[in-house]
Amino acid sequence: MNVAPAVPRPQAPREELESVTVRFAGDSGDGMQLTGSQFTLATALAGNDLATFPDFPAEIRAPAGTTYGVSAFQVNFGAREIRTSGDAPDVLVAMNPAALKVNLDDMCTGGLIFVDTGAFTKRNLQKATFDDNPLEDSSLAKFRIMPIDMSAQTLGAVKPYGLSNKEALRCKNMWALGLVYWLYDRDIRPSADWLRQKFAARPELADANIAAMKAGHAFGETAEMPGEISAYTVPPAKIEPGEYRAVTGTEALAWGLVVGAHLADLKLVFCSYPITPASAVLHTLANLRQHGVVTFQAEDEIAAVGAAIGASFAGSIGVTSSSGPGIALKGEAIGLAIATELPLVVINSQRAGPSTGMPTKTEQSDLYQAVYGRNGDSPMSVMAARSPGDCFEVAVEAVRLSTKHMTPVMLLSDGYIANAAEPWRIPDVTGLRRFDRMFHKEIEGFHPFIRHPETLARPWAPPGVPGLEHRIGGLERDYDSGDVSYDPANHQRMTDVRAAKVELIGRDIPPQNVELGSDSGRLAIVGWGSTFGSINRAVENLIDAGLEVAHIHLRHIWPLPPNLHTLLDSYDKVLVPEMNSGQLRTVLRAEYLVPAHGLNKVTGQPFRISEIEEAARRLLED
Amino acid sequence: MSAPKLPETLTAKDYASDQDVRWCPGCGDYAILKGVLKTLADLQVPREKTVFISGIGCAARFPYYVSTYGFHTIHGRAPTIATGAKLANPELDIWVVSGDGDALSIGGNHMLHILRRNPNMQILLFNNQIYGLTKGQYSPTSKVGTRSPSTPRGSVDSPVSAAQFALGANARFVARAIDTDQKHLPETLKRAHTHDGASFVEIFQNCIVYNDGVFSAFTERAHAADTQIHVEHGKPLIFGADRDKGLRLVPGTLDVEVVTIGDNGFTEKDVMFHDETNHWLAALLAAMEPPNFPVAVGVLYCDPATPYEANFPQNTPLGGSVTSNDDLNGMLRSGHTWTV
Ligand SMILES: Cc1ncc(C[n+]2csc(CCOP(=O)(O)OP(=O)(O)O)c2C)c(N)n1
Ligand code: SF4
Repeated sequence: MNVAPAVPRPQAPREELESVTVRFAGDSGDGMQLTGSQFTLATALAGNDLATFPDFPAEIRAPAGTTYGVSAFQVNFGAREIRTSGDAPDVLVAMNPAALKVNLDDMCTGGLIFVDTGAFTKRNLQKATFDDNPLEDSSLAKFRIMPIDMSAQTLGAVKPYGLSNKEALRCKNMWALGLVYWLYDRDIRPSADWLRQKFAARPELADANIAAMKAGHAFGETAEMPGEISAYTVPPAKIEPGEYRAVTGTEALAWGLVVGAHLADLKLVFCSYPITPASAVLHTLANLRQHGVVTFQAEDEIAAVGAAIGASFAGSIGVTSSSGPGIALKGEAIGLAIATELPLVVINSQRAGPSTGMPTKTEQSDLYQAVYGRNGDSPMSVMAARSPGDCFEVAVEAVRLSTKHMTPVMLLSDGYIANAAEPWRIPDVTGLRRFDRMFHKEIEGFHPFIRHPETLARPWAPPGVPGLEHRIGGLERDYDSGDVSYDPANHQRMTDVRAAKVELIGRDIPPQNVELGSDSGRLAIVGWGSTFGSINRAVENLIDAGLEVAHIHLRHIWPLPPNLHTLLDSYDKVLVPEMNSGQLRTVLRAEYLVPAHGLNKVTGQPFRISEIEEAARRLLED
Repeated sequence: MSAPKLPETLTAKDYASDQDVRWCPGCGDYAILKGVLKTLADLQVPREKTVFISGIGCAARFPYYVSTYGFHTIHGRAPTIATGAKLANPELDIWVVSGDGDALSIGGNHMLHILRRNPNMQILLFNNQIYGLTKGQYSPTSKVGTRSPSTPRGSVDSPVSAAQFALGANARFVARAIDTDQKHLPETLKRAHTHDGASFVEIFQNCIVYNDGVFSAFTERAHAADTQIHVEHGKPLIFGADRDKGLRLVPGTLDVEVVTIGDNGFTEKDVMFHDETNHWLAALLAAMEPPNFPVAVGVLYCDPATPYEANFPQNTPLGGSVTSNDDLNGMLRSGHTWTV
């Protein structure tokens, strides 16, 4: 195929769409994550609301061309509010046979698929386990296939820049991006600027990539593009006015911790040991040292939580972060923080499966671990973030609750929220309410376990103040003196007060609201964490269809909001969709004896809106 | 508790807490406590800046008995908590107290890492070659063949040498002391306190209940002079009741031998001098064991390097956010933003 001359063909007017889901998929070396994030940025700048879903292989460098080496990035964007990364892609860009193979099942019928025919070699087809070339038989009949030799197009476009063949082919993703920019009428300039910045040291690479992108864009505009493929426009969404940026859950979480510590006027000491997908929080915070953040890469998770506890003991806010397997190791130390009543924020970016499971796939199956997973009666506050932007607020709130009530707080995120991005209205830090300074100063009558009458919190008295010298530890202590005590009645009393203290947090949090629908009726769908978007859209669709359904989404999982019981009782049925085998459902049943139904999925993939709708309809038919 | 009016000079008693000490009568821990309290008084450390952090075990009860700040934590993890406290407030004067099981079994990994990181603090390992608190099981320092409830026919695990471990972990200060030696113990602890960086002190401690006399081969007063060598920087490595025994490098080898001055033509000139900055020598001294060698006590190694906290980005002493609203607004707006 020749390089298309940039002669615009007469264009049909662009068709207007309300929302679209695009998925870029290719080999892990093809730069699909970069392509996706550039498309995200351009889309955000065009005023659409959006949500993304990056999905990458577990292997660092999986062999090229294999199905397990496929990396994908999905963007759902629209002229309306976007709540999920989209059920089924409308458009797939498949850079090789493996990418086509892996993603085909997700596509909606009639979906548009761009394939790079240049990558459809016999060898690649074999590696992707295709018996025959799917482009040459009728197996793809239910889709609109656009075979383009993107490889050749790219090589042609970047020829003037004198790159090696390998380097030249690397620009293929930018060619594809250019094409999709044309398809949705996006401005390529921000990506061009970004490329110039990224390759500042090698301007010829920047130029080549920009040329490839422009060539892809031009390809769309010229006669080379078959007539049945027309271009679209997705008008800007109605968005609350303000200053915006795109954030991933990881960024928002890291910033929330920094801002939370600032509002409490405390130094943030963040201690962690690398684990997917939690490591990114450590990476982000390690770059924020100019804001007074201390980051510590410990020798293991136990050391990480230990250091965080030591930091809190010494008067900073200690934060530790991990994923399920690492949180398991932290259990004993969290118990120590509970017993010694020290502030501590524990972040769990959940991932799939018991043991090592599926590190790069998402799940919400650490709820039991968070609520119950420690020795002894060791109540702990547990919160969950629902979306990338929400991570900010939840992190700030975790710092507030932990320091105010002198107790550890577990914050549940997951692999999906951590990596996904969405537009986020940037808050003005000056306008945020500062937390009360909490260090104890009064020497008269001091002992380390006297309690605040309202919060039941013990005094925080970090070393440094003469006259407040004291000893704390994990051994049970006397309610009245703070000294070590094995007295039976005292242990009962201390156990009760620790529970009461955490319960009191229930009064410090907003009462549970109903996101969508009315506060009583036939069916409440109760969710937590990253299923927010799918549930919310499903409930909206159901309400539009005239069904009496409501969406309740929990931020506080322990203690549960005190009004939740009454609220749930006012619906005939309760459905709890979770990416686990029914953990919140069990908690709700145990706490309230409500006959909650479960909708459970542990495939490592987020819920589709349609799955939730179907389950709700089935339940309403019974 | 109200702030007691303190005299200008604090005595060892002022550093003792009001708690009853609950070790078995005759336990070596009492002597160590006494030595530490004396050290604190000798140094006149400010109690409000001093923190004792321990793991779990008999030894780890230590913080309860000192009237400074203290944290009795969980088994083996005291080094991690001490590291975090230092990250939060580099000005704290921290003492880590650990048993041999605590420091070298469950906490072996953390001990390795705290030593290589080198934060400025004192790390005391009370070595009694047994698990005391859990009733006498063999420990990682127990000799092969140690009979215990869990090894009724004798343990088969090869023991770890605490001092050699510390040297291997790149500790910059390694010393040894004996619980009952009330003159030498505080001296060694004072050196440890003066050292800028992590100072590791192994203290031979007698567990009278589960391992009584395990160190008597070199601690018994009657023959201590012949079985211990007190090493001092720049001084000849001489010992013995008659100060007639010395350590000599076997010519042409990296081996040490004990020579008797006056025998076989050996004179004082043949005896090595202690150089505490010499890592090789420290390793040789740490490896010496009875019956062929005396046990080396004192500062085996001291070669300061930049302490960990000197590299911390923000050295705010006590809490206190060091960033401003403006800085944070800038952080949130770094990169691409747009206005709707
Ligand atoms: C996680 C955990 N495992 C085991 C124990 C039980 N335990 C308490 S102290 C101890 C050994 C203590 O031995 P050592 O450190 O030598 O101290 P000593 O009591 O001899 O002073 C053990 C195994 C515990 N408290 N926590
Ligand atoms: S068991 Fe041994 S180490 Fe523990 S207190 Fe008794 S004598 Fe001391």
